[in-house]
Amino acid sequence: MTTTGAPHATRPPTADEFDPGIPGFEASGGDWDEIAREAVGEERIVVNMGPQHPSTHGVLRLMLEIDGETVTEARCGIGYLHTGIEKNMEFRTWTQGTTFCTRMDYLAPLFQETAYCLATERLLGVTDDVPERASIIRVLMMELNRVASHLVCLGTGGNEMGATTVMTIGFTAREEILRLFEAVTGLRMNHAYVRPGGVAQDVPEGFEDQVRAALPKVRHYLGQLGDLMLANPIFKARLTDVGVLNLAGCMALGVTGPVLRSTGLPYDVRKAFPYSGYETYDFDVPTSTDADCYSRVVLRLEECYQSLRIVEQALTRLEATSGAPVMVADKKIAWPAQLAIGADGQGNSLDHIRQIMGTSMEALIHHFKLVTEGFRVPAGQAWQTVEHPRGELGVHAVSDGGTKPYRAHFRDPSFNNLQAVSVMCEGGQVADVVVAVASLDPVLGGVDR
Amino acid sequence: MTDGTTAGGAADKPVPQPEEVLGPRSGELVAGSEQAGRGGRGPEVVEVRRGMFGVHGSGDTSGYGGLVQPVAMPGAATRPYGGWFDEAVDVLAEVLGEQGVAFDAAVERVVVDPHTDPPSPHAELTLDVAREHLLAVCRVLRDDQDLRFELSLGVSGVHYPDDTGRELHAVYHLTSVTHGRRVRLEVSVPDADPHIPSTTSLYPTNDWHERETWDFFGIVFDDHPGLARIEMPDDWPGHPQRKDYPLGGIPVEYKGATVPPPDTRRSYS
Repeated sequence: MTTTGAPHATRPPTADEFDPGIPGFEASGGDWDEIAREAVGEERIVVNMGPQHPSTHGVLRLMLEIDGETVTEARCGIGYLHTGIEKNMEFRTWTQGTTFCTRMDYLAPLFQETAYCLATERLLGVTDDVPERASIIRVLMMELNRVASHLVCLGTGGNEMGATTVMTIGFTAREEILRLFEAVTGLRMNHAYVRPGGVAQDVPEGFEDQVRAALPKVRHYLGQLGDLMLANPIFKARLTDVGVLNLAGCMALGVTGPVLRSTGLPYDVRKAFPYSGYETYDFDVPTSTDADCYSRVVLRLEECYQSLRIVEQALTRLEATSGAPVMVADKKIAWPAQLAIGADGQGNSLDHIRQIMGTSMEALIHHFKLVTEGFRVPAGQAWQTVEHPRGELGVHAVSDGGTKPYRAHFRDPSFNNLQAVSVMCEGGQVADVVVAVASLDPVLGGVDR
Repeated sequence: MTDGTTAGGAADKPVPQPEEVLGPRSGELVAGSEQAGRGGRGPEVVEVRRGMFGVHGSGDTSGYGGLVQPVAMPGAATRPYGGWFDEAVDVLAEVLGEQGVAFDAAVERVVVDPHTDPPSPHAELTLDVAREHLLAVCRVLRDDQDLRFELSLGVSGVHYPDDTGRELHAVYHLTSVTHGRRVRLEVSVPDADPHIPSTTSLYPTNDWHERETWDFFGIVFDDHPGLARIEMPDDWPGHPQRKDYPLGGIPVEYKGATVPPPDTRRSYS
């Protein structure tokens, strides 16, 4: 079942395209004057930025055709970080899927997990049965993750323009949030914490106080970032009216998230298609009408403050629902063990093991079947989107009625938004390319999956 | 309109229906088959699997060798679809009719999942569109003021190797920011003729998504401005997300035991 004989999209080059009479110029070092002298008469130079360029957020390759300092054409090359996560998910159970999708966009792992689990719950038909406390924990973790992700965006964005202090402050603030993640999931990234039907385990004792202690510090650093960036004349000169993409452009290119909101459209999935109870939280969707890189920085900062608002509301609810279940009651979906973390940071609930080993053979069989075989998901397909820090993240999950996803496709916002690079960069200066790409905030782990 | 009897050519295929294969207990075993009771055409069987634990070609001593399991996707829905679905389908049929395109020819099936009474708030609308009318349907969905699906969230592919004549599916996810609605279009093509017209003229954002679907599934999007591979290297042979493409991997030794690669492990059909 291959496409042998089918027309290939990348047809072989025809003879006149690769005329040996046309000279080629390739430079890999040396004195620029000499290179330019060799290329006399040829003003058009194609420069490869990346895939190892530090300002490309990973392994993004930018192919720029430049005329002097002006970019006349810009194209992206991606795929350097493709690891086949979607294919791998087809060979693991639905529960194991979270372990894979969390590794896609490594700066916002909890969003992939939640979107995937919400899609799975749709297929299972248990969307309304997910306990309230599980949804509160998901919202809390996602909003903390949004702040952490925006902090990296702002920090690295500043670093790329030479403002190292912006980077150090951004990462220091992110550290506060990563410590909270570590307290809950045991890990700073790749959590696999959100599971179909709820979350893996309840938050640890005293977590609410830990978050309350961390929030003022995060606010403090956000204030410092604002002071450093928002009124800085150099920063503003570099970002204002750079990388402009208007509303029509955003809609045509499917660009969502802060870039779309910088054109004035308050489209936020949390408001438009609420999930996990977002409709019950009080928060605003900040917008701007400048549609440039500077307004996107302002929006990301403002979104951090809005996320902290949601975090505070979620904390109050978390305290009110203390002790409530964090996994669906259906024992055919929920893993039977309520995990208990030992002194070594991992481990299982010894009480549960004692019970299933000593008293209940049926429980042991059930546990074994559920963990090794997994639960069956009714055949069908589901589409679930969440508001990712970079835009609308969509999950297309297809089930064949088995214990493994038949297909799990992730519409990653970074992947889609990178299409806007040519529109945002062409006609600008080479230095503006760095700024424009930073304002899209692509994370290549999510782009290539 | 789709009354469930004329939709598509899939009904003529000699695939075993769940009732034939499994007898009276099919309703318990086949997920999604509860819709057969609603007067629709019943679930769409895309594959029939035999055995369990991935044992093929050798003696199966597990006792599960005789197990027969049809894979049945939700079938065509009958009216009322529920919620805004009826109104949107009516508008689409009306505007398509004005343009001289018969609705039944353009939309092979309307699937509502889950289709319950009263309508579920989590129901999703899927339109199975014939590829020759895909652009017309997209144009109406995007431009008509009562539909206004102005935001495309991309294309994804699904491969059903045993659904003869409809092996490759391209799935389009459209969102209406104006009305707060979502619809899914599904176009199925045979593996022998994997051509679908490109939607980049209507939704430029589908450019990379169609390249990705070509790369992973080998669906050729005609009139795409530059249908090159996007994730895999340009000279890569094959299309990795197809079901007949192996996952790969090597056995891993851990503490004396050997862990086989994931695609050769025991599977629960």
